[in-house]
Amino acid sequence: MYAQLVETGVARLRNLEEMGAEERAFQERIDAGVKIEAKDWMPEPYRKTLIRQISQHAHSEIVGMLPEGNWITRAPTLQRKAILLAKVQDEAGHGLYLYSAAETLNISRDQMFADLHSGKSKYSSIFNYPTLTWADIGAIGWLVDGSAIINQIPICRCSYGPYARAMVRICKEESFHQRQGFDIMLRLCRGTVEQKAMAQDALNRWWWPSLMMHGPRDDASTNSAQSMQWKIKLFSNDELRQKFIDQTVPQGEYLGLAFPDPHLQWNETRGHYDYGEPDWDEFWNVVKGNGPCNRERLRARVKAFDEGQWVREAATAYAEKQAARQAEKVA
Amino acid sequence: MLRNKQRVKLRRWLEWWRTCNLPSMFALTGRQILGATLLTSTEWPLWEIFIRSQHGLAHKHVGSLHAPDAEMAMRNARDVYTRRNEGTSIWAVKSSDITASSPGEKDSLFEPANSKIYRHPTFYEVPEEIKHI
Repeated sequence: MYAQLVETGVARLRNLEEMGAEERAFQERIDAGVKIEAKDWMPEPYRKTLIRQISQHAHSEIVGMLPEGNWITRAPTLQRKAILLAKVQDEAGHGLYLYSAAETLNISRDQMFADLHSGKSKYSSIFNYPTLTWADIGAIGWLVDGSAIINQIPICRCSYGPYARAMVRICKEESFHQRQGFDIMLRLCRGTVEQKAMAQDALNRWWWPSLMMHGPRDDASTNSAQSMQWKIKLFSNDELRQKFIDQTVPQGEYLGLAFPDPHLQWNETRGHYDYGEPDWDEFWNVVKGNGPCNRERLRARVKAFDEGQWVREAATAYAEKQAARQAEKVA
Repeated sequence: MLRNKQRVKLRRWLEWWRTCNLPSMFALTGRQILGATLLTSTEWPLWEIFIRSQHGLAHKHVGSLHAPDAEMAMRNARDVYTRRNEGTSIWAVKSSDITASSPGEKDSLFEPANSKIYRHPTFYEVPEEIKHI
């Protein structure tokens, strides 16, 4: 998922007996697998946490267009350009589905933009890394979208109806993203020695940040328990990370690439791959705004928003003019 | 929101305002006056989008979007909700024009149907010899 470290504002989990009547009825509905809809009663922390999670997810889709957008004009063939353009357009669509879902919780689109631009809202740490070569576009599709799919598929079953429905649409479109990325990697790995080296270099740089996308280790993830009780998170960070690694390592081996982790090996008794520890200091640094591209990404977003202001105003003025003319005709 | 007659009045007043030759530092556009005094939000209105899929089914709600007017709502709906041949027809309805039942009415609206099981064909027992019914 593109949502990491979503604050719930809840210090301690409460059981059903400790809840008031309304909250107990709410929790029982969730436990029974009934979806919560926009107009239903919900506890304030649930509403606020969802706003944080969905808006962070939406922001990630939108900011995620930046590292890839750079490569649309540089893609090696016309077909690759068309494919990348379609993918970036999908990301914009995913952001829009999610903003709409968040708006059902009584927050305006403008407020969410303002929170992103002021730094109050976060987006996924992964988009603060630079895309240096064409192979990075392959690695992003294969690894970053691959990670996202593993995180997002369970959210199709989350407790909040509008969010779950948005996720169904997103997941349907996401597998094209991962496949086009793997296809780029495959082509490079079957190419010249230099091309394969480029693919290896991209894997070296994107592997660890992709693992960090799943969030901190379970023992450092303070908000997970509440989010899981509310069913807006269905698997723990470490479970999702393990699943991603188990799926991805054989794909990398097929490509003939080496993963930059000396501890990575199949564990017969666990039935999973063992892996080394990501550099969590780096993770926290990127989250706190000190990644390689944090400032650049936010600056690009704010610039795009500010430079679009006159377009939004002109469209509104035109709509008002037409409405006024229509009213005059009727009068 | 303004009523249409008020809107027309305001529009005329704004046209007059524009003809006044104010020093540039005080010159405001009509939009700025509207934004500052009459409209609390400059956000485009919200529209609900319904798409009819390929196979002659009814239009189905797919999501919502912001657009300044109906024409732009239609264009945006095309881009946001039909990138993969999802539909053959689009409806765009202003969200503010939709009347929805509230969760509190659920029992009074839908509960009466629960006891009327004779409305379903499975209520009736048909002898095994009887065919095509």
